[in-house]
Amino acid sequence: MAGLATSLGAGAATNSLAQMPDIDALFLFGSNPTEAHPIVSLYLKKALQNGARLIVGDPRKTWMAKRADVWLNLCPGSNIALLNGMVNVILKEGWQNKEFIKKRTEGFGELKKKVREYDLKKVEKLTDVPKEKIIEAARLYSHADKAMIVYGLGVTEHRTGTENAMAIANLALVCGHLGRPSTGIMALRGQNNVQGASDLGPLPATFPGYQSVTDSEARERFEKAWGVPMSPEIGLKSVEMLELACEGKFKGIFILGEDPAQTDPDVHEVRKALSSLEFLVVQDIFHTETTKYAHVILPGASFAEKDGTFTNGERRVQRIRKAIEPIAGKAEWQVICELATRMGYPMSYNHPSDIMDEIASLTPIYGGISYERLEKESIQWPCPAKDHPGTTTLYTDLFSRPGGLAKFMALDHKGSGEVPDKEYPYVLITGRIREHYNNGSMTRRVKGIMELVSEELLEINPEDAKKLKIKNGDKVKVSSRRGNIKVKVKVTGRSQPHNVFLTFHFPEALSNLLTSGHKDPITGTPEYKSCAVKIEK
Amino acid sequence: MPGKKIKKIEIDGRKISCEKEETILQAAKKAGIEIPTLCHDDRLEPYGGCRLCIVEVKGVGRPLPACTTPVTNNMEIRTENDTIKRIRKNIISLLLSNHPNDCMRCEKTGDCALQGLAYRYDVDGSRFEGEQWDLPIRDDNPFITYEPNKCILCGRCVRICNEVVMAGTIDLVGRGFNSMPDTAFRKPRSLDNCEFCGQCVSTCPTGALTDKKARGRGRAYEMKKVRTTCSYCGTGCNFDLNVKDGKVVKVTSAYDAPVNHGNLCIKGRYGYDFIHNADRIKTPLIRKGDSFHEATWDEALDLIAGRFSGLMKKYGNKSVGAFSSSRCTNEENFLVSKFARTVFKNNNVDNCARV
Repeated sequence: MAGLATSLGAGAATNSLAQMPDIDALFLFGSNPTEAHPIVSLYLKKALQNGARLIVGDPRKTWMAKRADVWLNLCPGSNIALLNGMVNVILKEGWQNKEFIKKRTEGFGELKKKVREYDLKKVEKLTDVPKEKIIEAARLYSHADKAMIVYGLGVTEHRTGTENAMAIANLALVCGHLGRPSTGIMALRGQNNVQGASDLGPLPATFPGYQSVTDSEARERFEKAWGVPMSPEIGLKSVEMLELACEGKFKGIFILGEDPAQTDPDVHEVRKALSSLEFLVVQDIFHTETTKYAHVILPGASFAEKDGTFTNGERRVQRIRKAIEPIAGKAEWQVICELATRMGYPMSYNHPSDIMDEIASLTPIYGGISYERLEKESIQWPCPAKDHPGTTTLYTDLFSRPGGLAKFMALDHKGSGEVPDKEYPYVLITGRIREHYNNGSMTRRVKGIMELVSEELLEINPEDAKKLKIKNGDKVKVSSRRGNIKVKVKVTGRSQPHNVFLTFHFPEALSNLLTSGHKDPITGTPEYKSCAVKIEK
Repeated sequence: MPGKKIKKIEIDGRKISCEKEETILQAAKKAGIEIPTLCHDDRLEPYGGCRLCIVEVKGVGRPLPACTTPVTNNMEIRTENDTIKRIRKNIISLLLSNHPNDCMRCEKTGDCALQGLAYRYDVDGSRFEGEQWDLPIRDDNPFITYEPNKCILCGRCVRICNEVVMAGTIDLVGRGFNSMPDTAFRKPRSLDNCEFCGQCVSTCPTGALTDKKARGRGRAYEMKKVRTTCSYCGTGCNFDLNVKDGKVVKVTSAYDAPVNHGNLCIKGRYGYDFIHNADRIKTPLIRKGDSFHEATWDEALDLIAGRFSGLMKKYGNKSVGAFSSSRCTNEENFLVSKFARTVFKNNNVDNCARV
């Protein structure tokens, strides 16, 4: 989300899901909502029924791609080239929104200069997308009254993920497609509370509410509330902590509800780091790959066992409610309080609603939110005051950057960190299927779901399958420079030639043994979406 | 926009203003006036199939279906009179004439719209005699039980599958008395033809479509319903956890949910088994060599506090850190953030929002 934060001010979706049915032109980029966000896809389907034009940017022939007016089946890793190309077309044809650019943005000169380098001949070569399609996509998007870009992890899970998001912002800004209902940029979040976890500041550079730890005023505010000095030094990202652990320079980690030993890319390195720690505590509801490395395992409480809130992908804060008592006796918030108290910092709350009151007092974007209000309504932040209704559409008159202007970012195509070659000729794309979720620890314990989808399947194009002389159900060995796994094959047109697809739901066939260690230098987000593999019978 | 202007109407003597193009049914619902219907679901386009929602409109010589009739200015509506009551009784009697009427053992009892209307209008299945369906129960899939004998052909399942989900799993198959909702070639539901979102179950007004996993595990009125937010993806769907005897036995739709209006996917509706799974970690565990042994909370927390304090003393406070998770609540993430800064006294805290 650092991409949108840099360009527009906040790392968050700009609009509401409920506005989607009124979209005139939808640009779906690196997102497969019918599988990964089925209920968002219902809104988008309504938009299509209402006559919205559809542009899909995706190397896979997804449900939406099949129904697209224009399907840009770009080769993985060429997002920036494609978006620069579209902006180039728009500027060349004079389809840009001149008034919006003049009044509400800065840095247009540099962008203009940069995208001039991306003529369609070059873009066609970099992306494999025919130039007619790029022109048509640029025309449909720029000419629409209400145009929305919806993007997913296919944009962010690249080593250029942050820049990819900035390139998306460039396109929207050039056309002035921001700050109006049904017009903006929606990032679809992979996990239930990605937005909230970012908002509430378990981040090395920011306190809750994106207040920088290097800002002395912010530090003062938290020092006053929490009664101890705040470190002005930016902390370590998770990947950095793990890297230092490998070198023996980092000693102890408390992991709450994460499974880096399965879900991080290049899990070999992660596992080495975890086993190098002197002390590791993992709190989770199930044993995972990561708990294997723990010195102490604490039981977690599932969402049914505690009160709290989640913030969804459209910044909407909603309640979860305790339906049953915690199976192991305590919810996580109680455990953190007890541990802090034992370590000499007394922490206690009667109920999570008290924690929310503290959040509201320290986090301006959550300033007006309380459990009392959430009983009657759900609120989209920013909601700075008790009488503020919340915000459905961001940036209606100002961007949340200094000066209120959005910033164009001049970006270069860099491609994927690892590209196919003679030895490893296929691009492996990883992602989700509708039936399962992440490391599978929840969905693999649903009997009916396991009856439907019991194992990992490698999706491969019929052409490639023919070449490799493999058919549906055959077992193959998929190898990258880092490891190999054995999986059954599903021959399907959903994968394009030279691309294959795996999920990451099954520890028996762990696709993250294959994925590369390349990551986005700004956020540390790994390049899950593209690495080179070979396939043998 | 046409129809945007305010219209004033009167329902059962109550003056109501409608802000936009609404049907009589919508306007009544907004005003808290209930009109009976079996084929309507707010998630679907108006259908006008069951004819139960007929109302009297002043100046119109015949009853009009409330679900498909738009309001017009100064419309005067009566939701029930003797004629309409008689017609409604007839319709319900006809539906019951080809219905098993086995409410005492039916999964849907207490939550069945047909049963509710039969009670309200004091109708049983004895008035008309005729041919009856005698078809087997179909449940050769993990999640959805179909009892065609209980189908009243309102078409809601077919419409939600095609209009809303666009999955095209079921349609009305056959003709006349033999028509019924079914899959293509009447094949069992599988991933080849069905998404198992259970949307059809969520809209079925009778016991024809029910959640297989929850059958026999309790009546609707025995359940404690707890409104909550789904813990899978970031869409933020609400639903009701149905709890009986301290166990989550079922998920039901929250039709007034701001994000999903009662719609759910396979994971949201059927992915709750993990809550009571036997593999859940039930006590703190402390490593001894290659294995773990069970411990009390006090033992575990004392050990953790001691070990982290020791590491901070020996290697400095920058040698420790915490990972939080986008799976956890806002409150927990806030506390982890606070914990690192007040207890570890550093900013070594991160979450998987980046991975």
